[in-house]
Amino acid sequence: MGTQLTTTRTDQPDGPGSRPLPPVEKPRRGKGTDRSGASLLNGVGHLALFFWAVIVVVPIIWVFLASFKNTTEIFSSPWTLPAELRWENWGRAWTKAHVGRYFLNSVLVVSCATFLTMLLGSMAAYVLARYKFWGNRFIYYLFVSGLAFPVFLALVPLFFVVRNLGLLDTYTGLVLVYTAYSLPFTVFFLVAFFRTLPNSVAEAAMIDGASHTRLFFQVMMPMAKPGLISVTIFNIIGQWAQYQLPLVLVSSAKDKWVLTQGIADISVNAGYEADWSGLFAALTIAILPMIIVYAIFQRQIQSGLTAGTGK
Amino acid sequence: MRHGKYPFVIGFLAAPVLLYSVFVIAPYAQAFQISMTSWRGFSAPKWVGFDNYRLLAEDNRFWQAIQHHLVLLLALPLITIAIALFFSFMLNVAGKSSGGKRSGVWGSKFYRVVFFFPQVLAVAIIAVLFQTVYRPNESGLINGVLMKIGLDPILFLVNPNIALWSILGVLVWQAVGFYVVLFSAGIASIPGEIYEAAEMDGATRVTLFFRVTLPLLWDTLQVAWVYLGIAAFDAFAIVSVLSVDNGGPDGATTVLGLEIYRNAFTYSKFGYASAMGVALFFLTITFAVFTLRVTKRESVEY
Repeated sequence: MGTQLTTTRTDQPDGPGSRPLPPVEKPRRGKGTDRSGASLLNGVGHLALFFWAVIVVVPIIWVFLASFKNTTEIFSSPWTLPAELRWENWGRAWTKAHVGRYFLNSVLVVSCATFLTMLLGSMAAYVLARYKFWGNRFIYYLFVSGLAFPVFLALVPLFFVVRNLGLLDTYTGLVLVYTAYSLPFTVFFLVAFFRTLPNSVAEAAMIDGASHTRLFFQVMMPMAKPGLISVTIFNIIGQWAQYQLPLVLVSSAKDKWVLTQGIADISVNAGYEADWSGLFAALTIAILPMIIVYAIFQRQIQSGLTAGTGK
Repeated sequence: MRHGKYPFVIGFLAAPVLLYSVFVIAPYAQAFQISMTSWRGFSAPKWVGFDNYRLLAEDNRFWQAIQHHLVLLLALPLITIAIALFFSFMLNVAGKSSGGKRSGVWGSKFYRVVFFFPQVLAVAIIAVLFQTVYRPNESGLINGVLMKIGLDPILFLVNPNIALWSILGVLVWQAVGFYVVLFSAGIASIPGEIYEAAEMDGATRVTLFFRVTLPLLWDTLQVAWVYLGIAAFDAFAIVSVLSVDNGGPDGATTVLGLEIYRNAFTYSKFGYASAMGVALFFLTITFAVFTLRVTKRESVEY
């Protein structure tokens, strides 16, 4: 996948001295077919863009509205506004359906695992990128090979490894496994990043008597900040979305379930209990924080994710 | 940088390598070994050689799953890339050019933000969301509308002929925004002069798209195809949550991940499940290598 992808944003000027030409005043646009063809394309294009935006937004707004309705309203008038704001649906979802619990579990596991991933990943990547030693290449490829394997291949043995270590149904087990499975990409990305950092700063710091450890934490980590932020975003999104690992590793401890597992389970039970509004409230509680976080950080998230995957 | 180098290197590598070896490398290695046993989890594993693979070859569910992967493998990248390419062209190139600088159509920034949004939602959450969207009675988003205007409801997930396509629709719904952003980054790195020169020669937008954008974006397209292909070999979370009765109706939407999970953690057939894992591994690798080979061409210098 040897593609180099720049993260140049569209709104940047395209390089120095790129405009010696006079402004192009649409030369030879006289051909009528061209013009009508272009406007037709534009019309269809605008329509398609608008249509897709509607498709993306409508299900979410619909769920949000339904979270305030009661079951009768959901069935009889799926397309109208709720008669009143029934916050009790949200309360029921948060406490009785344990969405609050699942939510906090997800926050706990993902923040610990992302922190550990970034710490261990950057340590390994730094050493692999900037030190020559016996076995360097071997360890690097060991990490990178993890990118190519489907997780399902490891699922059965992983279950037994975690069980034998006594970590089944524990937060620790989940955090360690999330971290381990996030390392291949983190190391792969950060090795490339640490290689681009200038040597001169490192040498100056060494001459001033900094130890290797100090050099890493006080000089290299701050310099690598843009790369670290990209990978952190990538890991948070990836780990927050995890479904099959918690399904296998904490299945029998319901109080340790993460949000994705919890919501999936609620959707199964909603049918039996006929608590549809509770399901919509639970869904909204799961979706809303992501919308808010995304709305605030959308620039960083978009550029971070494309930088992260455009290897 | 000589003083104390080795203690430092070992100190920094010990924890990550240990963690990685225990939870990633060891399980992968063991998977191949377990696939040669008839292990049910209680007694010691019994070596059975290639028996599991022989059973696999006669397992209808397994072939059904493979078939679904092939459908997804063709349709998911094709549809997603086509839509995303069109949108990213609209959002970056199709607008007015002022002073030689290409821009997107009106509202480009807004669209890019909105389209990307599903990407930050967990697939399992999206699956629950679409369960309610696809619900077969008047409480479903789509069927609610259809029944109001007097049409028959569409049984999205219940009708075996369209269930897989309904699931595919959700995958496309989620993926398009990401590839719009990915392709936009690629298009942004194409120098404006090339478009200018082409326009001077009287190129229409359609020509611009096929003669300029597409060839210069080839590397990005290749990456997109590989990612979407690998996603087509996964699809576990969405099928397991969204489909009726776990890969149903009657196996019409099942995927290998689901069969592995079912055989291992419902029936405790660990050896058999691992054999499926190995099959999945070879399918994924074959796909990635094959794609990179086939799509290899001289990258255009600019």
